Amino acid sequence: MTRRRLLGVVGALVLVLALAVLPLMLGNYPVTIAARILAFALLVVSVDLLTGLTGLPTLGQIAYFGVGAYTAGLVGIHLSTNLFVQVGLGTLAAIVVAAVTGALAVRTSGIVFLMVTLAIGELAHRVADGLPVLGASNGLAGIPAPTLLPGGGPLTLVAHTYWWTLGVFLVGFVVALVVTKSPLGRSMRAVRESPSRLAAVGQAPYWAKLSAYTVAGALAGAAGTAWTAQTRFVAPGDLAFSISAIALLCVVLGGAGTLWGPVLAAAVVIIVRDWVAGYVSGYRELLLGLLFVIAVYVLPRGFAGVAATWRRRGARRVAEREAAHVQT
Amino acid sequence: MSRLDETRKEGLGDSLGGSDPDGSSGAAAPLLTVEHLTLQYGQLRAVNDVSLTIARGARHALIGPNGAGKSSLFSVLAGSTRATSGAVAFDGHDITGESEVERARRGMVRTYQHANLFVAMTVLENVAVAVERAAGRPLRPWPSRTDRRIRAAAAEYVARVGLADRVNDRVDALSHGERRQLEVAMVLACEPSLILFDEPTAGMSAAETARFGDLVESLPDSVTTVIIEHDLDIVFRLAHRVSVLAAGVLIAEGTPEEVRADTAVHEAYLGVDRNDDPLFEVAS
Amino acid sequence: MAVFDGILLTSLNGLALAAVLFMVAVGLSLVFGTMDVLNLAHGSLALGGAYVGVVFLGTGGGLGQLVLAMIVATIVGLAAGLILSLLTRGIRDHLKQALLTLGLALIAADLMRLAFGGDVKSVAAPSPLDGTIEILGRPYPTYRLFVIAMSLVVGGLLYAVIERSLSGAIVRATVADRVMVEALGIRTKVVLAAVFSIGAALAVVGGLLAAPVLGAQPGLDNTILLLALVVVVIGGLGSIKGAALGAILVGQVQTLGVALLPEFASFLLFGAMAIVLLVRPGGLLPAAHAEVAR
Repeated sequence: MTRRRLLGVVGALVLVLALAVLPLMLGNYPVTIAARILAFALLVVSVDLLTGLTGLPTLGQIAYFGVGAYTAGLVGIHLSTNLFVQVGLGTLAAIVVAAVTGALAVRTSGIVFLMVTLAIGELAHRVADGLPVLGASNGLAGIPAPTLLPGGGPLTLVAHTYWWTLGVFLVGFVVALVVTKSPLGRSMRAVRESPSRLAAVGQAPYWAKLSAYTVAGALAGAAGTAWTAQTRFVAPGDLAFSISAIALLCVVLGGAGTLWGPVLAAAVVIIVRDWVAGYVSGYRELLLGLLFVIAVYVLPRGFAGVAATWRRRGARRVAEREAAHVQT
Repeated sequence: MSRLDETRKEGLGDSLGGSDPDGSSGAAAPLLTVEHLTLQYGQLRAVNDVSLTIARGARHALIGPNGAGKSSLFSVLAGSTRATSGAVAFDGHDITGESEVERARRGMVRTYQHANLFVAMTVLENVAVAVERAAGRPLRPWPSRTDRRIRAAAAEYVARVGLADRVNDRVDALSHGERRQLEVAMVLACEPSLILFDEPTAGMSAAETARFGDLVESLPDSVTTVIIEHDLDIVFRLAHRVSVLAAGVLIAEGTPEEVRADTAVHEAYLGVDRNDDPLFEVAS
Repeated sequence: MAVFDGILLTSLNGLALAAVLFMVAVGLSLVFGTMDVLNLAHGSLALGGAYVGVVFLGTGGGLGQLVLAMIVATIVGLAAGLILSLLTRGIRDHLKQALLTLGLALIAADLMRLAFGGDVKSVAAPSPLDGTIEILGRPYPTYRLFVIAMSLVVGGLLYAVIERSLSGAIVRATVADRVMVEALGIRTKVVLAAVFSIGAALAVVGGLLAAPVLGAQPGLDNTILLLALVVVVIGGLGSIKGAALGAILVGQVQTLGVALLPEFASFLLFGAMAIVLLVRPGGLLPAAHAEVAR
């Protein structure tokens, strides 16, 4: 393994460790925020799979997040408080809805695809707002505390639901990573680079797009179940359009296609937004909008782009030094 | 004009849509048959009632002055444009209505005049996509042991076209000629029976063109090639048969020597024969 | 018979909604058709027009106020469109352009909320049009018929310009093959600025005309954007006829849906879009595009 690779793995392990011991070091409120960030970060990963890797810009993943969240809530109320059951059924529901809607959506691409997914996201928002079985505009309340083991006690401690969310996030992130290194991942990147070329070697881009869409929907759904597990309440406001927008921004901000960049951006954006909102309440959308505008102009390739530039500069300096050595 | 009649007489209709009645000419049955193909855009007939046969294992060139309809004909053969009328048959099957994907799966692949590659991916990955499609499971969402075999096979194709030293470089770091080589590697990785080359040496230096010629000559006899070209030197070097298109019409067909001597071809390229000396001498 | 009357009147409401959606969506569609720019601030433009209506017609007014409001709306729209075209021109990436307009939409939405408050503002129809006309024995708001008439006028004018004038031919050519138009020496930047400005003006005026029917409130921008996008996806990009057909379909589906099955209205809308995507992913009446060179 190259030194850089080793450094990356060690760094990731340290980060996971730090996230794991978070509840032992911080109070309840920050831990709750951290849990929400993790759920949102998994949603951002699902957006990156579609936008960064497959070249399909999307504003609709929130729909599948919502399917997962509401399903987990309904399961919790009517069927079982077991978290594994909730995440399983919620993710399954999201997969089904993603496959059905995706079969139609991926018949388009580029900005038309963006339009279609925006419609999907907003329509899901409206459905959540309108259906009585989901609590309509009041949201789905009365979700009992989740349990981990069959017959085990309810998880009421913030730390416990945080660890569950961390687990779901890590599993989801690893799934995304595995996909990027698989033949499907390569097909996805080929679709992003040149769908016509892919067709010309005999592979219809449609199926790679649909597969990517379904996997992304599954991850978003899982993220939704984790959300419900710790908030125990799902409202139509959780499917607001601005969330889809922020997720897409995080992908662009963090470096589309890198997976870790958008996750980092998600953490930064949420923390900054909540911190700033404490000081300038009532101007949230305005500041968010400004953030979008600034990001578009200032960071052409996002955090990951910055990291890549540093790496290139470092490599160039090493090369120059070596060349200087040869001279003497 | 007489050449066109001769071609028509070769009984194209038999080879369309079905079995070979003779049974004995299995090896000699043409691989690609074009029958009365017309491509019309409004009032303009880009391809006007063209009929062709491409024999198995042949290297067949399609030449003609600018605007002759070569690209349009190519586009119909490749499957990216639908003909207004007429039929195309490949290996005995009527493929007139088939998409590019379906044609590629039958073993009929094409290159692009303007390089069309997976730019942000490496040379190896570009070829691996083609290998995976032909021999692997392109939609498998997890890595497995076969990935190594796919990559090794891809590396072989890369080496075969002479790009072994660039195998891990990204496409945007390659020169124009190298990108063309990569395209050939991708096309070979599809295990084709017919390769359609769309002006493959456009923009290439003399050395690159010569190397391309070597590459085509090194292809096994089982691979048939159809080449659209402007560079008549490479055509005369490589082609077994040449078809000449002008203003959408097939005006001549035969061996390179026959075509070179054909007066109709001269007129198409150089204008109507005048009694004074021609401006250019056709290379002999 | 009563059912039939009810459906007829609901269909008229659908046409009124279609009228508004047409005016808003046609700009969105043409801007996308000429330059592949997705203007996510389009809904904000319409909401802006609605607030113009609040300012000029809020407490009731006459035709004079209406005309004044329309002039102001047009000027605001032209200016906003010009600014948008300049801002998006500097960004090459289509996704980033969409994000930029998204950011501007968020900023605009908050500014309007701060200026006008978060509650629903109703706008009265201007005075000679605030009555009712009898249709099949039932009273029907005159104003809605006026809106339908206005959209027909606007649509007719647009069609005449796009199909019959040289400028219109240039716009159609830009939609079909932008590169070729540049090669002819026509500055497509100017074409885009013009299309953007006029499209934005139409959106603002559309929002203004809709104000007596839809009111003005935060969140309306999202609703109108969503409907306009569905109109464009269904109708096809870059064409007036597509925007008209899409608007009629969406207007009917949305109005009938809300009237008959209020909880499932969103499903119906998505269903309509899904059917079109299944059968014709490019929309029902898209503008002709040159074949992609690759």
